[in-house]
This record gives sequence, C-alpha cells and structure tokens, in this order.
Amino acid sequence: MHINIILAGVGGQGILTIAAVIGRAALQSGLTIRQTEVHGMSQRGGAVQSHLRISNREIYSDLIAEGTAHLILSVEPHEALRYLPFLAPESRIVTSIEPFINIENYPAIDDILAELNRTKRPVMVNAAELAREAGHARTSNMVMLGAASPYIGIATEQLESAIGELFHAKGPDIVDVNIRAFRKGQELSQTQATEP
Amino acid sequence: MNKHLLLGAEAIALGALDAGISGVYAYPGTPSTEITEYIQKNSADLEKAVRSSWSTNEKTAYEAALGMSYAGKRSLVCMKHVGLNVAADAFINSAITGINGGLVVAVADDPSMHSSQNEQDSRVYGKFAMLPVLEPSSQQDLYTATREAFDLSESVKLPVLLRLTTRLAHSRAGVERTAARMQNPLHALYAPERFVLIPQNARRQYNVLLGIQQELEKISEHSWLNRLITGSGSKGVIAFGIAFNYTMEVRQAFGLDFPVLKIGQYPLPRKQVESFFTSCETILVAEEGYPVYEELLRGYFGGDNIMGRMDGTLPRAGELNADIIASGLGIKPATVLPVPDIVVHRPPALCKGCGHRDLYDALTTVMSSFQEHHVFSDIGCYTLGALEPFNAIHTCVDMGASITMAKGAADAGLRPAVAVIGDSTFTHSGMTGLLDAINDKSPLTVIIADNDTTAMTGGQQSSATGSRLLDICRGLGVDEGHIRIIVPLKSHLEENMTVLREEIIYEGVSVVIARRECIETASRKKRTKV
Repeated sequence: MHINIILAGVGGQGILTIAAVIGRAALQSGLTIRQTEVHGMSQRGGAVQSHLRISNREIYSDLIAEGTAHLILSVEPHEALRYLPFLAPESRIVTSIEPFINIENYPAIDDILAELNRTKRPVMVNAAELAREAGHARTSNMVMLGAASPYIGIATEQLESAIGELFHAKGPDIVDVNIRAFRKGQELSQTQATEP
Repeated sequence: MNKHLLLGAEAIALGALDAGISGVYAYPGTPSTEITEYIQKNSADLEKAVRSSWSTNEKTAYEAALGMSYAGKRSLVCMKHVGLNVAADAFINSAITGINGGLVVAVADDPSMHSSQNEQDSRVYGKFAMLPVLEPSSQQDLYTATREAFDLSESVKLPVLLRLTTRLAHSRAGVERTAARMQNPLHALYAPERFVLIPQNARRQYNVLLGIQQELEKISEHSWLNRLITGSGSKGVIAFGIAFNYTMEVRQAFGLDFPVLKIGQYPLPRKQVESFFTSCETILVAEEGYPVYEELLRGYFGGDNIMGRMDGTLPRAGELNADIIASGLGIKPATVLPVPDIVVHRPPALCKGCGHRDLYDALTTVMSSFQEHHVFSDIGCYTLGALEPFNAIHTCVDMGASITMAKGAADAGLRPAVAVIGDSTFTHSGMTGLLDAINDKSPLTVIIADNDTTAMTGGQQSSATGSRLLDICRGLGVDEGHIRIIVPLKSHLEENMTVLREEIIYEGVSVVIARRECIETASRKKRTKV
C-alpha cells in the first residue's frame, strides 16, 4: 500500500484539518505517513498545498514526485488544476466546485470545469451545499474528505474515528455534524463512481 | 498509538523537552516558529516549569540562552536562518567562551525562499564558528538528534548548531518518544578566564576551540547521523541532510542500487568521505542549500569526477526534491500533464478587512501629492503592501531597515522620508534606528503599524504594543506633539490622511502609530471565548 495525495486550496480554507484527520487515521492503522504544510507568508490568501504520503513501508521524501500522485483532493476548483503535473496516469481529481475568488483575473468557472472534465473521472462536489445539508456550512472540508475517502486506502471506520477524536473537544454535536458531512461526501462519491 | 504526529519543528521541541531543557528562547520566524510554540503549549503541565515566552529579537534570545547555560541549565534557542545574522555576534563568541549547561541552537533555513529574503545556508555559520553541526533528515531523527545534541554540547562544552530546512520543519511524521530526562540543577560557573573575553582570555579560549576540532571530527566519524548505504556501480551520491531523503526516494522509486554516503553531522567525517571517493568513480554531491561541501571537495582546481550544484548537474539555487536528484542522476523525467493555460498565479495578499489596507489607502493618497513618494518598509504582513493593488512600499531589506534606510535617505536630502514598520519589528530592531534619527534630528516620519501581534508568523505575542509603544517613542526622545495615533479604518480615511500629511511635512522626527488589532487574532480570540 502506497498512496500519494496532493491537498490543494487557498490559505485559510483549512486543508490542514483534512490532513490532520487522514494523518491520525493512518497512524492508527499502523501506516507510515509524511505530510507537508505551508506556513508563513504564502498562507495569507495565497495558493497552498499539502503533500500527503501514506505507506506500509518506509517513506523517504516528504514531497511527492511529479506524475506520482494517486489523488488530487482540492477544496477549490481552480487550485485543483495547478497541481496537474503531479497527477499519475489513470489517477483522479476530487474537487469542490465552489470558486474562491480573491484575485481579479480569476478564470471563468466554465473553463475551469471544462479543464477538470478533461481529466480521468473527476469527482466534482458541491461541498458548500452538502455541508449545509449536513447541518453546518463550515463542514465542507469533511464533505470533501468523505468524497475522497474511497481513494485514500484507509477504512471508513478509521477515518470516522479520527474525525471523532479531532473534534472531541468541541462537543458531541460538532462531532456528529462533521461525521454527517463526511458521509454526505462519501455518498455522492459512490453515486458518481457508479454512474456510466 | 504511541507515535506522535509531529512537524519536524515540533520534533525538535519534544526532543528538547525530553532532554530536560529549562528554557527556550526565540523570536518567531518561518520556518522555525513552531518549535517554540510547541513548547509553549506542551510544557505547562510539566513537573518543572520551562521558560518559553517570546524574546524581543534573536540576539537577546541567544544571549539569554547562553546565560541560562552559564547558570548550568540546558537551554534551546531557535530562529530562522536570517535570525542567525541578528544573533551572529553572540553565536560566534559563544564558541569562544564555550558553555556550561547544554546549549542547542536550532536554525531553520528556507531554501527557495518560501517566506524569506534570501536562502543563506546556516552550515556556513557552523563552519565559521567552528562548532558541531547536526543536520538530521527525518522527524524521528530530529527528535533523537536534539536529545543527543544536549549531551554532545555538555561533553565538548560547546554550543551545538542544529540545522534543518523548510520541508522538514513543516512536514509531519510519526515520532516515538523515549523517557524524559530531568532538568539540570542550578550550578552557575565562576570561570572568568573563559567568559570574560578580554584579549588574553579570548586568545587562550580560541586555542581551546582550535584544539578540539580534531576531536569533533572524530565524533562525526562515529555519529549515527553519518553512514554509508552500500550499493553497486561506479556512481555514488553524497547526500547531505534532507537531500538523503530525495536520494533514497529515487533509489526506491526506480529500483536502483547506487551507494549513498549520508551526511548528517559536521565537521565532515574525513575518513568516510575519503573511503567513499576511493570506491566510486563519479560522485553526485547533493546539498540542500549552498554547495558548501561540494566547493570544499572540489578544491580550487576543479574535481572532474564531482557533480553537483556547481557544474549545473543540479540547479545552483532553490530547494531540492526527488525529481531534481533523479534528473541529476541522468534519469529521464516521465511525461506529465501540463498546468492548463487558464491557471493564474494566486499570490498571498493582505486579509480582507485588515487594517494595513486602510493604512496604505490613506498613505498612498497622501504620498501621491509629493513629487518623491518613497516609502521604506520592513518585514511583516504589511510587506504585502508591495503587491497589487497597493504598490505602496518601495523597500524591504531586513528587520528594522525601514527606519534606518529612511534616515539615511533623509540625511542625503530626500523629502519626504517615510518608514512603515510593524509593532513587533519595531521592538525587534527599529528602536535603535529611531534613536539614531532623533540624535541626528533627521527629518523622517515613522509609521508604526501596531496590530497588537506578530501577525505574519501566525499571531505570536509582540514585545510591546499599544501604550507601551507610545512610552518607548517618548522615552527615546520623539517630541510629544509629533507622536500621533490613528485608527486605520475606512471611516477614518480623511482624518488619517490629514494626520499623515501634517507629520510627513514636519521637518523633524515624527511617529504615527496606526493602531488596530489584527483581524485574524481578533477573530481567533472571539472563537475561543464562545
């Protein structure tokens, strides 16, 4: 087992919460993990990414080599495209389709979606809507994690238990809403996967 | 789960706590900040307190750490690479005095300049000071090496430099702890012959430092951080620090078997390097940072069998990765998908609602009425005022340089001369420059953007904010009538412009404090209160 994931987004969107859940679940599954983060100047509203590597053998490099990512998990559609050179052949993008526009020359969303659709079987998620359905607009990260969960190589129970631990301090209601959001995303992903 | 998922920076922190430090001293700086933050968050419940609040700058931090060591206790001092420039005087001289309690200097370099003004390599400082340098390549090794660095420091009676780079500092992995060691008892040392660096003592102590160099090399020869990974073929790689990871990644990914000499402790283990050179026909030297040791290994006249950053096999600048090492070994890169043409750059920007935006709106309008409209600035979030749509500042060189450069320009006759500096940068290195300006009566306006925090690095406690800044400016001798306070808000635009204009045309030293809390720290406080 050896999975490379590029997590993408914009500074402040909280991709590190997704990374924290996967990291915790991976350690509990007895796997080896490496996960990079961006701190400092670039995180102020700029493009940010996290390289996440999970394996059952030793991992040497903290960074993922080009053409070897099994998954790009993006919380913003334009940001998903930035890391295409990392994507391995036959691998996929799981992305939120809600644009985060903080630059004047943000491309047309239709062009972005067209580029995304050119990749192999992308999973496109209306994360904001599913998060609201789950009960809280701020759970869209967990929707995205759920949507990506079939491609991460870690059992759903482990991921859900990691979500429980991570949000434990905020009380059972917050844990529940995040689990609901996770399941919403997972459900959507499974539906999309079975569509022709 | 007995493994902790830690950033490299945090692994150093945990290693230092378990090594029994009594204090950490630091000024925030990417990518080193998380070392101290981890200690601040995780030392409260310890049996014995660990001193951990932020220092005013890296020099005060270093000297305090040396003082704690003098008193017999173990201390850790942390900074980013350019911070070591600020602490350099203390750092170099502490190699001459030596230490009492273990002293470890953790310095995080930032090759590729993700959040920095240069990519200087701290190993050069290590050589310059003639101190042992450790450069582990994994989070677990960082933990273990940090613990051992304190033992090494006490055994050779020297500070130990622990060098890491951005990718290791800011990457998480599982780290296993070993049993924590007790703190040292207080045992201050009367050793004026070592610690009073008047020439006769300094000369003797310098000879002591020179005399121990061979011993340090011997220690390197036996260090677990330096080791040979055997292989076959005539081409080998000497992989320094994190370059080891990328080299091994290439070996694993392409099923190769070339020999690798891993270097993680300096001075360079000469015997191991010599023996590696005998066994390989050509050698790729992979260093994350400057080609410090490649230059040494090539010698003045070349070194035909050596490849690396100096002959273009690896790029001269920037951080390494597995792709770069693979290409340096002649492996053809796989075809990958291109970035679509529609993708645009998304640079960092000032947050929506940030007070710096309103300050720059006012300042730029005022400055545009002058023929010369240079604004000297400094290091912090407000440096983002250099970018579109503000284009509000015209210099940013090093901590504190806004005030002193504006002063020099004013002395040259430039009118107006305006400096913009944050609260934390002002106390770090701005105060002394302001005193120079006052002593010289240089016509200059210093705008202190006081957002009540060290914002760029994530909102650390600033050494002086609010009314204390006012007291400092008064105390330094700024005329009371020319210390003005504005609130950078849209609704105050007209009034702020008036104040700025009045002070900018004043032919003397004036200070305008633009006071409004950072919106990030404000909203964080609100969230934790709920």
